Amino acid sequence: MGMTIAEKILADHSGRATVKPGEYVWCSVDGTALLGHSPLLKRLETLGVERLFDPDRIYAVEDHMAPPPTLEVANAMVDLRRLVKKYGVTHFFEYGRHGILHELFPHHGYISPGDLIVSIDSHSTSYGCFNVASTPVNEEMLFVVVTGQIWLRVPETIRFNITGKLPGPEEFVVGKDVILRIAGEYGTECAIYRSVEFHGPAVHQMSMSSRFTMANMSVELGAKFGIFPCDDKTLAYLEGKMRRPSRPVAPDPDASYESVHSIDVTGMPPYVARPHDPGNSVPVMDVEADRVKIDQAYIGSCTNARMEDFRMAARIIKGRKVHPDVRLIATPASQDIWQQCLREGIWELFAEAGVLVTSSTCGACAGMHMGVLGDGEVCVSSTNRNFLGRMGSPKASVYLANPATVAASAVTGYITDPRKFL
Amino acid sequence: MAEKLGLRFQGRVWKFGDNISTDLMMPGHLYSRMLPWEEIAKHSMAANRPGWAEQVRRGDIIIARRNFGCGSSRPAPRILKALGITVVVAESMSRLFFRNAVNVGFPVLICAGAYDAFEEGDVAEVDAETGQVRNLTRGTAFQGEALAPDTPPYEILKAGGLDTYLKDVIARMKKGTWRPA
Repeated sequence: MGMTIAEKILADHSGRATVKPGEYVWCSVDGTALLGHSPLLKRLETLGVERLFDPDRIYAVEDHMAPPPTLEVANAMVDLRRLVKKYGVTHFFEYGRHGILHELFPHHGYISPGDLIVSIDSHSTSYGCFNVASTPVNEEMLFVVVTGQIWLRVPETIRFNITGKLPGPEEFVVGKDVILRIAGEYGTECAIYRSVEFHGPAVHQMSMSSRFTMANMSVELGAKFGIFPCDDKTLAYLEGKMRRPSRPVAPDPDASYESVHSIDVTGMPPYVARPHDPGNSVPVMDVEADRVKIDQAYIGSCTNARMEDFRMAARIIKGRKVHPDVRLIATPASQDIWQQCLREGIWELFAEAGVLVTSSTCGACAGMHMGVLGDGEVCVSSTNRNFLGRMGSPKASVYLANPATVAASAVTGYITDPRKFL
Repeated sequence: MAEKLGLRFQGRVWKFGDNISTDLMMPGHLYSRMLPWEEIAKHSMAANRPGWAEQVRRGDIIIARRNFGCGSSRPAPRILKALGITVVVAESMSRLFFRNAVNVGFPVLICAGAYDAFEEGDVAEVDAETGQVRNLTRGTAFQGEALAPDTPPYEILKAGGLDTYLKDVIARMKKGTWRPA
């Protein structure tokens, strides 16, 4: 019996010829990450740990609350910098060169096709867009940085064939809309404990940025992995960056899938997820009909704050003003993106429109920093979760959308189909 | 026959529905203060169920429906543990919540049919090792998915959590006798 991508990567990393769903395997990980707000130093010292499994495969940054909003976070960063020095962690990103880990690490070449990545933060599924099996842990970071090993239960695999032609960023319909649509049609627990594979012609037509968003939000389906095939676009993105050889993995023709679904994305509209679940997604026209007035519009997070996202928003913002009752906050996924937006003149036209541009952080997405919502406020956001209380007040409401929808809504003052601005 | 874990609990039941996220258990807006678990616990479920945290007593049990612990990887099981909850039973559960729970020695159990069989305030008996769930108030019983012995999560739960398990692994690594199974 053939194997799926996840099965092949887990077999490869556990030293077995084959694995099958339901088996428990110990795997060697190719890379992992440390974040400042989840301190490990004291636990490592208590355990008397003298060295980490491979200081060159551990990447450290603080992104959730950057730079520190409080004394407590500042002190956690003192600990992170001490850990980095004490254990000789090679790759640490200081403020100004930092970013949200999932954007930062592939950009610096820490991710190669065929890898197994185990990392803190639930959106660690993001690296799946590079043909990687990547999954989040939290408590086990301690174990992973010491041993370089992880136990995993081999997951069943669900296959989504994305067919037809996605309208694309030119027409303001991107990967975000596809993944919101899947969350709506299949539910936010359709992939619990499962690996999700995305295949089909529309996948190869999609930009890496759109694939990133879909792999990223696979965790919103409950998935352990969200994996894309490797193609020319994958290799073009990673070319000249990778620190490890690329070992692309394709599923066997006779691989066994738990289920296979087909989705035709031809001519599909942008999608919006209503409060308080990413699965409450509907075409943007349905929400526009409700004339949902907004207080905050947010373009940020690992999900949608890359160049494709800001370029779409800039086309809408250019020569217009943010609605007087609205604040639009733009928080790029990394300082490299911040700099590229500066070069392309995007920050200038944002400033003229009255947009607040911040430094890179997870920030408002998780209700932690720079853009937290107050009681009764409504936000349209390019982020990944609209759970009750997610972005601050439990009395606030969050609508998830693609960055073009966010920008269009910021201009009109209510949730708006961005295609009006084409 | 594997060693018994001693994971049988009796307690008063709190019911929670679908998609109870870790954001609800451990609100993000408190994060920047980096409070001790016990302090965060006072705000647990404040968004969906204000005042709940004050009513929880040591030994209480949560029975939830679908997708319990969805969302963020934040260490939410520590919060429920700090409140005195002994075990969570759910129809389905996020894998991140499951792993985080096992790693802090907090037993969880996936059990179909349990949710509808309990009213809030009923007394449950849950054996997280055998997977058996009993409603002592109504005299009904259900079989959940027991953890298979000799699997890593079983071993970690047996050790009482990851730190103790890792201490043993480190000692064996130093002697050169630890091999991932």
